[in-house]
Amino acid sequence: MAGVELLSDQGFRIDGRRPHELRKIECRLGVFRQADGSAYIEQGNTKVLAAVYGPHEVRGGRGKALHDKVVVNCQYSMATFSTGERKRRPRGDRKSQEMTMHLQQTFDATILTTLYPRSQIDIFVEVLQADGGNYCASVNAATLALIDAGIPLKDYVCASSAGFVRDTALVDMNHLEESSGGTELIIATLPKSQQIVFLEMNSRLHEDNLSAVMDRAVAGCTDVYNVLDTAVRDHVGETAAAIGGDAA
Amino acid sequence: MVDVNLSEAEKTFIVHGIQDNFREDGRSNEEYRQMDLETGLMSNTSGSARLRLANTEILVGVKAELEEPKPEKPDVGRLEFFVDCSANAAPEFEGRGGEELATEMMNLLYRAYSASTVLDVSSLCLQSGKLCWVLYVDVLLLECGGNLFDAASIAVKAALFNTKIPSVKVRQEEGEETELEVSDDPYDVRRLDVSAAPTVLTLSKIGHNHIVDASQKEEACCLARLMMAVTASGSVTATVKEGRGSLDPDSITEMMQVGKRVGKAVNEKLLETLKEEEQKGLKRKTVGFLR
Repeated sequence: MAGVELLSDQGFRIDGRRPHELRKIECRLGVFRQADGSAYIEQGNTKVLAAVYGPHEVRGGRGKALHDKVVVNCQYSMATFSTGERKRRPRGDRKSQEMTMHLQQTFDATILTTLYPRSQIDIFVEVLQADGGNYCASVNAATLALIDAGIPLKDYVCASSAGFVRDTALVDMNHLEESSGGTELIIATLPKSQQIVFLEMNSRLHEDNLSAVMDRAVAGCTDVYNVLDTAVRDHVGETAAAIGGDAA
Repeated sequence: MVDVNLSEAEKTFIVHGIQDNFREDGRSNEEYRQMDLETGLMSNTSGSARLRLANTEILVGVKAELEEPKPEKPDVGRLEFFVDCSANAAPEFEGRGGEELATEMMNLLYRAYSASTVLDVSSLCLQSGKLCWVLYVDVLLLECGGNLFDAASIAVKAALFNTKIPSVKVRQEEGEETELEVSDDPYDVRRLDVSAAPTVLTLSKIGHNHIVDASQKEEACCLARLMMAVTASGSVTATVKEGRGSLDPDSITEMMQVGKRVGKAVNEKLLETLKEEEQKGLKRKTVGFLR
């Protein structure tokens, strides 16, 4: 790798993690009162807010409505101050449009879409601070927001990335590791059934190493799932206690 | 604008309450709602602030960049405002839906900061005609709960207070290119003096009375608003009348008086809070959206 050493001889990464360690995840459900569901997640220095509206009537012409399933509408945008170099536009550029499409596909595969024909669900994702793994953090935040909104899902969707440096697979890449130009594999899974709903790989990788990298990423997704699940259970427990119910 | 639908009866209830100086949430006509302010929470900005005013949530990030000054003003740096209404706040803002409101907010901020007395922009110039700091002030609207303009301007002032500009040494030797040395020491920074910076105060005319800090429901009853940028000394740097209704000159004078008084108090309280937060220094733990 040019210039920086992504993995030291002692087996530590630039930010002091071991190859299999995720960055610290902190999250909160129900950040906003107006949205039907909302969540905030921090994965290391990457910070993402997600809001969910719906299911509601289809906006912008009835023509868009589908007779057999719900329309999943996503928007990915990044705050102009989220990146190191200031962004000129928060959305509408090629990268954000691609992200929007990826989110849409991911959640179309996860939401039980047939339950709400002729309706629409909006998922809005706002990246406040970008430090690598933007797609992963967006998916994780959106999952929490959908759960907060009470929308039926097949399972949590958890996303994680993995790279390959010095014959070792690294999970949950940060910005520095991502921008070094090496391999990056991004995966979103349904952890219970171990199904992959999204997969993307940049740069080249020898076929022999693919399964190692993939296993690392899937393991990362499972770790993310455990954190998210704890957060959801805590949140539900707190809410139940607040209304005087029994925390399940 | 994000509208709420109110019935005639609900509107009458709100208007009658305001007549008796007792609003639907128990406030008097010149009272603000609870504010929650935090600065310095985004690590890749020069300065940032998050403000929550009841249900209104604003995040402001300031980025300082080195650029060439404008040819017509070679000796001063400048502020560039940008407002983004996130779709998180309201589904109507999706795509380009929030642009109208964003432009309106942007224009008001430009106008409020256009007076030469509010911020010493000449200190942002490093080399006349060649190099100056440009402060990109980016406002992100995350949730709408009424009184967006006031909230945005308060958050902007707080973020500017929090802004740390790295010190720069410019060296120029005879016949050679200028050399820049930007300090990377996080403590070797310059702060801005925001004591004369304005915040916007909106007075909404409802019935025959005017109120400050209108909630979303109250905004639905309001026909005309007077927005003014007031500094801590009580001087007004910009005034805009907005809304479908009209105002007569007498009530404008009266509203200006109230605006100056309340605006001054808001500014004083804001500076006090910011200094208090500053004093906590490194012991302060940033909570951000994790509350």
